[in-house]
Amino acid sequence: MSEKVLMKGNEAIAEAAILAGCRCFFGYPITPQNELIEYMARHLPEAGGTFLQCESEIGAINMVFGASSAGVRAMTSSSSPGISLKQEGISYIAGAELPAVIVNIVRCGPGLGGILPSQSDYFQSTRGGGHGDYRMFVLAPNSVQELADLTLLAFEKADEYRTPVMILGDGILGQMMEPVVLPEKATITVDKPWATTGRGKRGKNNLVSSLFLNPEELEQHNFKLQRKYDLMKEKETRWESYLTEDAEVIVVAYGSAARLSMAAVNMAREQGIKAGLIRPITLFPFPDQPIRAQAEKGTAFLAVELSTGQMVEDVRLAVEGRSPVHFYGRCGGVVPDPKEILEKIVAIRALQEARSESTEGGAA
Amino acid sequence: MTRKVYSRPQSVVDMPFHYCPGCHHGLIHGLMGEALDELDLTEKTIGVGPVGCGVFVYDYLDTDMIQASHGRAPAVATGVKRALPDRFVFTYQGDGDLAAIGTSEIIHAAARGENITVIFVNNAIFGMTGGQTAPTTLVGQTTTTAPIGRLEEVEGAPIQVCEMLNTLQKPALISRVSVHNPANIMRAKKMIKKAFQCQLEGRGFSFVEVLSSCPTNWRMNPLQALQWIEETMSAYYPIKDFRMPEGGQ
Repeated sequence: MSEKVLMKGNEAIAEAAILAGCRCFFGYPITPQNELIEYMARHLPEAGGTFLQCESEIGAINMVFGASSAGVRAMTSSSSPGISLKQEGISYIAGAELPAVIVNIVRCGPGLGGILPSQSDYFQSTRGGGHGDYRMFVLAPNSVQELADLTLLAFEKADEYRTPVMILGDGILGQMMEPVVLPEKATITVDKPWATTGRGKRGKNNLVSSLFLNPEELEQHNFKLQRKYDLMKEKETRWESYLTEDAEVIVVAYGSAARLSMAAVNMAREQGIKAGLIRPITLFPFPDQPIRAQAEKGTAFLAVELSTGQMVEDVRLAVEGRSPVHFYGRCGGVVPDPKEILEKIVAIRALQEARSESTEGGAA
Repeated sequence: MTRKVYSRPQSVVDMPFHYCPGCHHGLIHGLMGEALDELDLTEKTIGVGPVGCGVFVYDYLDTDMIQASHGRAPAVATGVKRALPDRFVFTYQGDGDLAAIGTSEIIHAAARGENITVIFVNNAIFGMTGGQTAPTTLVGQTTTTAPIGRLEEVEGAPIQVCEMLNTLQKPALISRVSVHNPANIMRAKKMIKKAFQCQLEGRGFSFVEVLSSCPTNWRMNPLQALQWIEETMSAYYPIKDFRMPEGGQ
């Protein structure tokens, strides 16, 4: 086990990627993820890999496409406007069933928006983003330690499922420093008989392509991708439950918003309110099951996001009308004080009590 | 007594091309196949195809192939070459793919001196989509999106890609060839082989533009199309070497 070191989030992702066996990194400068590409520029060549600063985000994602086709672990990183540009390439990566790791250190939009932290890329991460019927495996760390751990996981799952994997952070996580125990150097065991490495003595050519002009073939290809996503839902859904057992109000939040929400939940508990937290760690697949299980008990939900409300749609889909779903969000780079979240929890609890009293009154 | 003077290159798959009558894509695949055979490259090659009429190049060349998104083949090839520097990597791109949507990727691959080979098929039109204006369409040439002919004051002047890339420091080989008659076909073959060798010798970026006909979308018969290359197209796109590797074979 390695020692604890103090690292910036962006650098922890980069170091973990090198330890995970990433051998090609293609990037383009954009705030707030620049430390990641700078770390890669300094350290990836030392590890025998290739770092290349590209002409554009589009160039970078297509170089990832090429390196991944050639069978090596490849990665790119960017922030929101840059990810918008990469979406075409991500769609092709999904269609051609290539493994790839894409880091998004989210900033505010739309348009040029601002450089401050945000969670307004939930839709473009979990809803495909690019064209076509595909999904991306999306990991949402909430600490520097998780940035490192989930980076390793991202490479493993990308290879296992032959699919693009996104690490969805934000400006807070990318920029903050925390102690981290770096993962052990990965031993890559996965075989890639499909890779275009030159035919050699293989006996048959390999082709990496996402083109199927025959409608029946393309339908079958799409069904195959869907089966893969179903398998991910079954096997790869990850979340953290905090004080949910007896909770009357459950906050659902990921990443930075989950840290703020946990503080609010603790404050609520101090006031005697039974509050809890469900923190999705995978955004796709989304943890429907623990949310639905609580919804069946009638527990109220509060989705908290650094956006005007994107993940809340998945919470509602999981709840399916079984219990109330509320939302609280700040955006534009404004980060809420946990007290604001607490106020919302208190208000929801008051509403619940008022409702139950009126029900009791009606029955009397 | 019969004597075999020509046979299908081993690197070209034995199947009918889907190309239109008089189109040069099939002929250019053949020249590339011959060069791959002669340099014994089939087993160490990864080709990257375009979006456009050449999209099915992966069906015709008997090597590992990648189908790239529109215009991005030089970036994809860069990724492959950086991952596997000892393999032979080429892109095959048309003028819509390379000179319109893919200008950024081709310019920067050339500027980096990326050790790949680009075969650029210029037929001055978007073929696959039905004959729309390309950046290479000549002034006055009619297309489905320039029904009265390309107007310089509206759509600007056609891009001369070799000339543009020749302003960069790093490319090792830049040449424009044509395949409209036997002498030019022989020169084209030599240049494609030379460009491949350029990469094998680690000299960096090699680029061969091939003037090519599209009788269907030019609304000509194949003979008129060849004549148009000879008289009109090659006047604006001179057939010549722009840069040759120093000390190359």
